[in-house]
Amino acid sequence: MTELTRKVISIIAEQAVLEVSDVKTTDTLEGLGIDSLGLVESIFAIEETFDISVPYNANNPAENDIDLTSVQAVINAVRALVEQQHR
Amino acid sequence: MNRVVITGQGTINALGLNVADTYAAFKDGRCGIGPLVLRDVERLSIRIGGQVKGYDPETTFNRQQIALYDRFTQFTLIAAREALLQSGLEFHDELAEQSGVILGTAGGGMQTSDENYRSVYEAGKNRVHPFVVPKLMNNAACSHVSMTYNLKGPSFTVATACASSNHAMGQAFYFVRSGMAKVMVTGGSESMLCFGGIKAWEGLRVMSKDACRPFSANRNGMVQGEGAAIFVFEDYEHARARGANILAEVVGFAMSSDAADIVMPSKQGAARAIFGALKDAKINPDEVGYINAHGTGTAANDKTECAAVADVFGHHANNLMMSSTKSMHGHVIGGTGAIELLACTMALNEGIIAPTVGYQEPDPECALDIVPNQSREARVDYVLSNAFAFGGQNAVLVLKKFA
Repeated sequence: MTELTRKVISIIAEQAVLEVSDVKTTDTLEGLGIDSLGLVESIFAIEETFDISVPYNANNPAENDIDLTSVQAVINAVRALVEQQHR
Repeated sequence: MNRVVITGQGTINALGLNVADTYAAFKDGRCGIGPLVLRDVERLSIRIGGQVKGYDPETTFNRQQIALYDRFTQFTLIAAREALLQSGLEFHDELAEQSGVILGTAGGGMQTSDENYRSVYEAGKNRVHPFVVPKLMNNAACSHVSMTYNLKGPSFTVATACASSNHAMGQAFYFVRSGMAKVMVTGGSESMLCFGGIKAWEGLRVMSKDACRPFSANRNGMVQGEGAAIFVFEDYEHARARGANILAEVVGFAMSSDAADIVMPSKQGAARAIFGALKDAKINPDEVGYINAHGTGTAANDKTECAAVADVFGHHANNLMMSSTKSMHGHVIGGTGAIELLACTMALNEGIIAPTVGYQEPDPECALDIVPNQSREARVDYVLSNAFAFGGQNAVLVLKKFA
């Protein structure tokens, strides 16, 4: 598990009030009980942790170019954004 | 018109974390004002206040709640829990839809504003936490009370500076009296003891550096406090039918505007609110035994308030007692009227009048019985609570002993 994956899972686990070991990469955020406000809070924590800007508008989640539905999707998105923004 | 009674009360303030501790402090004439403990206090010229002590948010709320509740909301929910527990009410079905929340606050989530201004202006950060808006909005506390207790009727927040919670409680009284609601949860909260909050008040040069001494000739200004008090106002027939314990009856309320000056108080404006409240309660001035004064400890307020009381009550002004409990808990701005109403329920139920502490020298312009320094036993049947805000907005409540 990479450092990035570990950090993302820890942010999601904290938001879902779960142990890190209870969060699997195949889990959906919704399935972990993270609602829309929880997702926005997770994005804030991700931006702070990785010093990136996540292009996400909460008005209509389906219309965002970014996929944040599952834990793996969040990890992929964060990895891409870090590569893009820290070049 | 329906009769309105109080069936629950709760508080957290510099004198205690509940009503019993606050009553005990009122009886002992204990002052809760002391050195301020807050970030950058050394850059303030005013360094005293009525801070809530012995309160740890972590043991009262979980992490998600703390992320969403500014300190003024935390205070509100703590006071609301005590009040609703005492009332014994639970809100389901029709009662939920017939019950609401009206609260007062002047600054709302000022701790949240202060922290986040620091973060973007001082620390130069370009990102703030997503809950800044839902935390700082003035109606946040009101909304969280409605969500916590399933109150689905009319709910809103009133902001009239230092009169906010009296205006709020007056509206709650009207809602129940008119039959628009069966139960209204009401009161107010304030948490302005942060660097920006105090700094703004310093600018006005009305703050004391040493003590709040209402009505004393050597008074030199107000001292800020923080906290909340919440009451359950209930339709009397509803309370009686369920055998509720009734703490007091709310019998009158009136409001007036000075329409004169943004900060200087007006004797006429204050007198019209006091007179209006007596008229609304349909009582004679000589039936009033105690007034919880606005009594801020500023030169202007205290003499103006005494003159207004003398005008309305005539000779009876010399017989009644009037104290300012701000001398103990500080001026809690938008929450102050609610905390002060506790001195009124104590007077009615326990026959003990809370004192004006810190009193040192008589002032001929404040020559009323201000119950100096020590609480006093006295039976009173009707009591008033005054609030006269910056902006000239005045609100006075009348409570009656429930017998």
